[in-house]
Amino acid sequence: MSMHEQIRNFIQDNLVVFDDEVEFSNEDNIFELGFVNSLFAMKLVTYIESEFNTTIESDEMDINNFNTIDNIVNFISSKTVYQ
Amino acid sequence: MAMTKNNPQSILEEVKQFVDEDIRPFAADFETQQALPRELIQKMGRKGYLAASFPEEFGGLGLDPLEYGSLVEEFGKGALSTAMLLTVSTGLVGETLIRWGTDYQQEKYVLPIARGEKIGAFALTEPGVGSGAKDVESAYVKVGDNYRITGRKKWISFGEIADFFIVIAAEQSSKAVSAFLVDRKLEGVNISKMKGLLSCAASQLADIELTGVEVGPEMMVGKEGMGFAGIANFALDYGRFNVAWMGVGLAQEALDVMVTYARKRSQSGQKIFHHQLIKGIIGDTVTNIMAARSLCKEAARMRIENHPDAAIQTTAAKYFSSTVANKAAADAIQVLGANGCSSRFPVERLFREAKVLEIIEGTSQLQQQMIALYGANKYYQPKRIKEI
Repeated sequence: MSMHEQIRNFIQDNLVVFDDEVEFSNEDNIFELGFVNSLFAMKLVTYIESEFNTTIESDEMDINNFNTIDNIVNFISSKTVYQ
Repeated sequence: MAMTKNNPQSILEEVKQFVDEDIRPFAADFETQQALPRELIQKMGRKGYLAASFPEEFGGLGLDPLEYGSLVEEFGKGALSTAMLLTVSTGLVGETLIRWGTDYQQEKYVLPIARGEKIGAFALTEPGVGSGAKDVESAYVKVGDNYRITGRKKWISFGEIADFFIVIAAEQSSKAVSAFLVDRKLEGVNISKMKGLLSCAASQLADIELTGVEVGPEMMVGKEGMGFAGIANFALDYGRFNVAWMGVGLAQEALDVMVTYARKRSQSGQKIFHHQLIKGIIGDTVTNIMAARSLCKEAARMRIENHPDAAIQTTAAKYFSSTVANKAAADAIQVLGANGCSSRFPVERLFREAKVLEIIEGTSQLQQQMIALYGANKYYQPKRIKEI
């Protein structure tokens, strides 16, 4: 499974609207579309840390790192490459 | 001098003794005086309890979530306001700064919390904004490099005596919600004690008026715009974990009184424990507390693992244990009868305090919504269940 698919599955498991009613692309801002709630950000942080064995620092806690599938994947890739 | 974490079990034993000697006998007095004695807070600081969950490099006892939860339970048994102090200053503020604060913020605020020199409070709730906290009306504008904050916060636990606050406010044009550290001595900070409360008066709740309070960029916690989704949610999760264990503690205290009374009190020639309906109440209370404690322990284990579902497990634990605390306190009054309605017995206070647990850090109804959303995703089985 690609990282894009992995992140998409995680988002779909945490939607506040239901996945048989909505579609979203890798570039769609899931927060602005209202597909996830603010609690999701914290859950996503925990998920990324545990799943990709990394730590998210305070200055990385930027909504632009987490608002689209592409941005999340790019962020994780940059962290894991750096490590 | 704070203890080091070489034996969590001995720390918990000492906490039990501390609660027995320094807290439980005075719990009703704290409420009458509407304050925790400053000497008590200082003593809790000296013993390291106000930094019990902090890592040792932050001057803490380094207790893991399971050990820390048991410590909160003990304080919850003794006097809810002492556990509330841990919830606010240690959890909502201290843990949030350890996770998301800068080195400067941690040195200036976390280390003094650990030493018992400073108390922090979390200023999120407003007169018109409670559970819908993302819609805060307190506003900030950027003035040069600084931020100027104006607004009003209400129901701020330990606001009356806090040395500093984490204030959540929104930028007026972008609506970005951000978090700021605000010292109580800053010009424009006006604090007034709230009175006439149902219970937990010793939590020293206050109304905080912020009038053009100016702070430097070094006082922003986390990135701009992450004040609710990041900082507040992280803090509230910590708060809920504490409240869940407080509920277990309060319920356990009610059970201890209920059982002791039922075994000592005679009616119609026998101890009331031997009446079957009293046994029914006690049996249900024991079971409910076991279940609540199990939920709390599972939440603690998931937090130790950094499991993505730790927050929802914590939410379920908080929801259930606060419900159990209310039921246990009400049933304890029922077992004690008229005596249960008297302030000579602690269950009257427990009954009033338990209600608070169903409201703070998100009402039970808010927890139900979050749990239901989680369930709607996790248990949706359209491939297996088709005949609908």
